[in-house]
Amino acid sequence: MVEFAGWLMPVQYTSIVDEHVATRTACGLFDVSHMGRLEIDGPGARQWLESMLTRRVVDMELGVVRYTLITNDHSEILDDALVSCESIPSSQSQRFGLVVNASNRARVVQWLLTRMPDAGVRLIDRTLESAMIAVQGPLAVHLVADHISAHFREALMALKPYRFLRAELLDIPASFSRTGYTGEDGFEIIVPANRATEVWESLYSKAQQKGLRACGLGARDTLRLEAAMPLYGHELKENTNPFAAGLSLAVDLEGRTFPGSNRLAACRDHRDHVEGTVRVGLRFDSKRPAREGHEVFFENTRIGTVTSGSFAPSLGYAVAMANLSLETSKVGTTVEVLVRNNRETAHVVPLPFYRRKK
Amino acid sequence: MGIAIKFAKSHEWIRPEDSGASATIGISSYAVEALTDLVFMQLPQIGRHVKAGESIGEIESVKAVSDLYAPVSGEIVEVNASLPDNLEILGSDPFGAGWVLKIRMSNPEELDVLLDQTAYDNLVSGQGH
Repeated sequence: MVEFAGWLMPVQYTSIVDEHVATRTACGLFDVSHMGRLEIDGPGARQWLESMLTRRVVDMELGVVRYTLITNDHSEILDDALVSCESIPSSQSQRFGLVVNASNRARVVQWLLTRMPDAGVRLIDRTLESAMIAVQGPLAVHLVADHISAHFREALMALKPYRFLRAELLDIPASFSRTGYTGEDGFEIIVPANRATEVWESLYSKAQQKGLRACGLGARDTLRLEAAMPLYGHELKENTNPFAAGLSLAVDLEGRTFPGSNRLAACRDHRDHVEGTVRVGLRFDSKRPAREGHEVFFENTRIGTVTSGSFAPSLGYAVAMANLSLETSKVGTTVEVLVRNNRETAHVVPLPFYRRKK
Repeated sequence: MGIAIKFAKSHEWIRPEDSGASATIGISSYAVEALTDLVFMQLPQIGRHVKAGESIGEIESVKAVSDLYAPVSGEIVEVNASLPDNLEILGSDPFGAGWVLKIRMSNPEELDVLLDQTAYDNLVSGQGH
């Protein structure tokens, strides 16, 4: 067990590799209750979030989930997040959910509160009264559906990616979002905190013989790395250029302003600028993992730094994401990474490293 | 009758050969189990002279890398070259087929300060999991 952003969490329940492989071949069960779960409601909620988030909110329909960044007036990226819409656009009462990283929850809340209008919008931190469990893998949707009454089951199984709905798991009110941090199909399920253990034990006991495994932080990291999903603090930092990081889909600039939008417009216009670095994928010849901070060289010149790296259990070799100078970032470029005292050969490859079969 | 196996506090084991001049070195089952998810191992060069306590290699799991330390001083005369491609043997047979390297000891008295089986068992039960 390790301390992670104020929460006590397991690195692994059994073996990181076993948990990783189970998620890719059957199903992984993740307790992700540490993530921040915020609720924004009130007649002005939609317009206010439209003015605060990098992603367009104003046209979100009920049940839509979008990946967004949260920026401040200094153009710093405070976090990446998922915003979900719980109300129809024309309704008087608007409600949205915002799931943020555990490590950034306090400063995101503080930032949002400083920009809250005097009336019409309310921010409620629902983190401690709720829990979140992710079920991810090729069997995930079916295994969850086993716990859902016939009344909800069809809608749940037909739920599109980046959509959510409210239903009941056993008799427990729950929201199901077809999202995740693994590159697999599945749900992230939010339930009241005092019912979370029941949900976990029910899912676990019923599905274990079908290959479901409990997964800790270790597998969570290897899974998201193979899927090339950014981790705040690594691929994303306060001064990251989202357009150079492959996150232009998280930024809607047309006809919108939000804190820091001027600088982000400049980032977009200069993403081909030679001075910047871009996020790339590296595939290593060996199994030796490179780690955050290890330096990358091209013909003996330092060209960048690793942001995340590990052995990739689904691939059989080590992979890393790195920020490299633009001119050395082309797919196929061969580089060397200084891993402690060893020069490890790696090749720039397209991201993601792993893509699930549809 | 051979000299009994000894252990370093850093969890390497060493088994001197009957002649007393050379010894086989490996990693204890306790350490292997603690590491889990082994992905990479770096062995030292044959012919290298090492001092007791010096780092002679690395073993890496998905999450962390650990150094291997020489329990005694001497010259590396043989390494288990197939081990890095078959790391599961460390788990299944850490004291046999999972041997890591062989050393010609320059100073066999260094064995005296190492832990015997009982002392090592006490050490690891104190450390717990």
